[in-house]
Amino acid sequence: MELLISIWEWLHEYVQYTIFSAAKALVILLPLFIVVAYYTLAERKVIGYMQVRKGPNRVGPKGLFQPFADMFKLMFKEIIVPTNSSRYLFIIAPVITFAPAMAAWAVIPFDDGLVFSDINAGLLYILAMTSIGVYGVIIAGWASNSKYALLGAMRSAAQIVAYEIAMGFALVGVLMVGGSLNLGEIVMRQQGGIGHWFFIPLLPLFFVYLISGVAETNRAPFDVAEGESEIVAGFHVEYSGMAFAVFFLAEYANMILIAMLCSLMFFGGWLSPVPGLVGDGIGWLFGKTAVFMLLFLWFRATFPRYRYDQIMRLGWKVLLPVTIVWLAVEGLAVYFKIGPWFA
Amino acid sequence: MFAKIQYYLKSFLFLELLQGMSVTGRYFFRKKFTIQYPEQKTPISPRFRGLHALRRYANGEERCIACKLCEAVCPALAITIESEQRADGTRRTTRYDIDLFKCIYCGFCEEACPVDSIVETNIFEYHFENRGENIMTKQKLLEIGDRYEAQLAADRSADARYR
Repeated sequence: MELLISIWEWLHEYVQYTIFSAAKALVILLPLFIVVAYYTLAERKVIGYMQVRKGPNRVGPKGLFQPFADMFKLMFKEIIVPTNSSRYLFIIAPVITFAPAMAAWAVIPFDDGLVFSDINAGLLYILAMTSIGVYGVIIAGWASNSKYALLGAMRSAAQIVAYEIAMGFALVGVLMVGGSLNLGEIVMRQQGGIGHWFFIPLLPLFFVYLISGVAETNRAPFDVAEGESEIVAGFHVEYSGMAFAVFFLAEYANMILIAMLCSLMFFGGWLSPVPGLVGDGIGWLFGKTAVFMLLFLWFRATFPRYRYDQIMRLGWKVLLPVTIVWLAVEGLAVYFKIGPWFA
Repeated sequence: MFAKIQYYLKSFLFLELLQGMSVTGRYFFRKKFTIQYPEQKTPISPRFRGLHALRRYANGEERCIACKLCEAVCPALAITIESEQRADGTRRTTRYDIDLFKCIYCGFCEEACPVDSIVETNIFEYHFENRGENIMTKQKLLEIGDRYEAQLAADRSADARYR
């Protein structure tokens, strides 16, 4: 033990800092991986139950080891690189999707002060990171040199452009009422019980954010980028094994991220709905996030896939005008200092 | 005008979406229809058409008289029959092959048979491990018939009322 401490002290300050940060990142990412693994199981179970069947229940008690079975299967599968693909881009595309999905978690506050890096432009950083992930999808579709993959990438690109804007405007609304780009401060502005949470003044923006969040993660009913019945699997038709698993992982990590952002920005994060009765705590954040995660699965079990042009219509002609109108309304509310939110 | 307002209200309040979600939400708690296959099985009708068999009479004599009606009626041409006169002067098959890869399990052979010899059992769990095992020879068919005679007779008598 003393030897370890002396080695630690002998290390340069920067090295110490790097190791410490890596350890902190691991503390966030390892549970995230486990949640992702079990989120896939939960998805199959929930959708199964909604379709009046049981879902996976063979591997381990009640099917609890199913994610590991899936993981091992994918790990031992061959990664096939198509001959005519752009080899370098083909390999790098999953990484480009995956890395930002993980990096975005750096600014997520889990409790008061419990955040990996407390930067002031947290919201901007999240917006930037989630946007970069789209490049992975587009590059994957391009590099595969396959018709279906290219179609999927094209659809994805158009869809993300449309919904990114609505999402950005929804976040502007949060910014106006929160008065900060720092996620921790946004949460702290919502103190004082359920009546002070931002979803009440920002209800339309919350729905816009939720809808474009679903679209952003390429989830049903906005999953035209992979639409099985039309273009097989879209941008990841040519991917197999671990390369495919990385896309999968990124998608689910993004879903959890969106769910958590929803609860942070609109539902008071770790704050208790009735502060007099129950204390604040990290459990509230996880509970709220779980509700939104369930909502993602519920959507998928319920809604048929949007047609491509309908998606464009919804994004440009409905969500965008709604956000702009509501920003104007919010401007008035800020001017007249309405309610507990704009005081 | 009123219709338009109604339309906007309906879409902006997510009424139809919520309706849909309430349906799936209700079904979430319904009793599940899943049958856990190897442990649980669905009930099988006496008319079930599975693996073939050739039956015998109670005295051990094979029923088939090599009339070749089944061969003629078989839409998939899965049945091949060769016959010969036996020492006692009766006509019997020397070869009765069913190619299970060709067979479509329509049950026409069973319908055509005047002596209820060729039948389809309710066995549906079988597999082949080697090339050529898909050809059911006369001997294999008779063996199946001998082993499942009780079941076969019961199924036939249960269905006899409706024939």
